Amino acid sequence: MLRLDCLRSVYSELEDCLVVTIMGAVAAELQSLGHRPNAFYLQHGMGLASSIGLGLALCLPEQRVVVFDGDGSLLMNLGSLTTMARYRPRNLTHVVFDNESLLSVGGFPTATSTGTNLEGMARSAGIPRVVTVRDIGNFQIAVCEPSNRKELTTIVAKVEATGPSGYVTDLSLLENRFQFRRYIQSLKQH
Amino acid sequence: MPVSLANSRLIYEALKECDIRLVSALPETWLVHLIRMADDDPQMTLVRLAKEEEAVGISAGAHFAGVKSAMLMQNHGFLASINGIVSLAQLYKIPLLMLISYRGSFGERDPWQTQGGNVTEAVLRALGIPYFLLDSGETLKKQIRHAQTLAESSLQPVAILLTRDLMWEE
Repeated sequence: MLRLDCLRSVYSELEDCLVVTIMGAVAAELQSLGHRPNAFYLQHGMGLASSIGLGLALCLPEQRVVVFDGDGSLLMNLGSLTTMARYRPRNLTHVVFDNESLLSVGGFPTATSTGTNLEGMARSAGIPRVVTVRDIGNFQIAVCEPSNRKELTTIVAKVEATGPSGYVTDLSLLENRFQFRRYIQSLKQH
Repeated sequence: MPVSLANSRLIYEALKECDIRLVSALPETWLVHLIRMADDDPQMTLVRLAKEEEAVGISAGAHFAGVKSAMLMQNHGFLASINGIVSLAQLYKIPLLMLISYRGSFGERDPWQTQGGNVTEAVLRALGIPYFLLDSGETLKKQIRHAQTLAESSLQPVAILLTRDLMWEE
């Protein structure tokens, strides 16, 4: 399963959500499908995408928030699973693309390549709904099905360790940051 | 417990007057009253953390959502958050109001706190983070308000070091 195909399969669904992604391939691939102002790409601060999603979800309970995390990033902030589970905002969907690799720095294997099971860790942390998916059909169902909108969900998506040729896009970090905040403020005025 | 309840209450009132609506915290002795006040306040969202760096992300999310937030942590928690502060808050110009209990400085009896006490201000300076020491209740509210104002206007992290003189009654 390719991460880009996963993103494409839910791209239209994401239009009404607040989207937070990690750096590298995830950010570049989502932007390659077309940047929209409801997406924030955390190009550094590794591990904190899920924390940003939690902050958004707690402050905006009427907004659906989707985080695209990765195995390397989540392994760097495993405590976030316990904090998300503690407050379990129903409007937060936490997708983890697990390619068992630190792809953007040369493909070094992460601990999920040697048996660490992120689904099991999320479940044991107390995330109320956790699934692992290995094909596009099930990925799309997991992200889009209405029952997943009723409680905090972590979706571990096993994907291939391949990505785009480059990671730098023409969207500057600060432009993205200010546009994202302005987009959210405009929602609140409606 | 000789943690100052009166000064903790003043700090909490100051945060409320700054319209802080989300507080993230990792428990530490000097902060117990403050955390309890946030927990007892139905108007406040309290996020209890596993590690302090998470708070940088949570406060960034709150800022995007238009909610003012504050971080309660010990100086060792600040030291544990540095990459998040640099690579999220400073890189993306996110305001942070960090209230940091200043352990390991003059008067510290716990040997394990002392090394962090030695380096806290030097690290704040190296990171270019505006900070001051808060050591009395007298001008506390104005000082906290000024810190919050600067964080919001300059879109950067600022730090308030909560000193022993302020937090501890012997």
